[in-house]
Amino acid sequence: MKIKLKLFILFIFLSFCFIIFYKGLSNSNIYAPKVNDKRNLPNFEAKNFSSNININSKKIFEEDSFYILNIWASWCIPCRKEHPLLMKLSKNKKIKLIGLNYKDNLNNARKFINKFGDPYSQILIDDDGTLAIEFGAYGVPETFLINKNKMIIKKFVGPINQKIVDEIKLIIK
Amino acid sequence: MKVLKIILFIILFIGFPQLKSDEKKNELKSKILKNVRCLICQGQSVYDSESEFALSIKLVVEKKINNGKSEKEIYEFLRKKYGDWIIYEPKLNKNTYILWLLPLLLFLLGGAIIYRNLIIKKN
Repeated sequence: MKIKLKLFILFIFLSFCFIIFYKGLSNSNIYAPKVNDKRNLPNFEAKNFSSNININSKKIFEEDSFYILNIWASWCIPCRKEHPLLMKLSKNKKIKLIGLNYKDNLNNARKFINKFGDPYSQILIDDDGTLAIEFGAYGVPETFLINKNKMIIKKFVGPINQKIVDEIKLIIK
Repeated sequence: MKVLKIILFIILFIGFPQLKSDEKKNELKSKILKNVRCLICQGQSVYDSESEFALSIKLVVEKKINNGKSEKEIYEFLRKKYGDWIIYEPKLNKNTYILWLLPLLLFLLGGAIIYRNLIIKKN
């Protein structure tokens, strides 16, 4: 009787382990941080790309409209892929695009903008990557949608695609 | 010569607390960075990593320490930005109850079994 009970407990334990590991197999091994998408815009100061003057975030996002903050760099290949979509999106009057130039050589960044076009109403410089950390980003490209109440309501990791553009358009409608 | 010695002594005397405080700050920085997970190169701490993300996190942590933020405040800041997963030591919440309480339960269970066996042996 005692042996039967022990075997039963062992069986339950092994089944439990099997279920846990089997479920784990189907989980994605690409980690994306689980954070609340909706959060306040961080308060920061950043250098303007063209004027080289420090500007406060309140001044940057002062207008009563939706904003997109796009983190980009001239050395980032996926940024080239999403650029035409950003150009298209910049034509929408309901939204303003702010670029955050991440750890870049400014001359190369200028060349990039001259070559592919400037979708941004303003470009900020993040030469050491600390501003991107304030936004909770962990690479380039990354895009944040900010609503009229100055809340970050969406975060898109990686290059944006047509599906994401449609989603943004639906939100700002 | 005597004046020189006195000046040297004064310089050392003034500089020593500064050195001590820098050492403490560096220790705190290392401690925090070892407990922060690199989200780009998973399996490595920010302390061990040289990725762009890790380099930026190192700078942010250093800035926060210099601004007088405590270890707890820095962890809280990182948690807010990247979620609980960025810190190696998980916080006690509804998702981590089992993780925290299971070792304690197993310890108590083991203790109870040993105690029971001892009593049986004694009898």
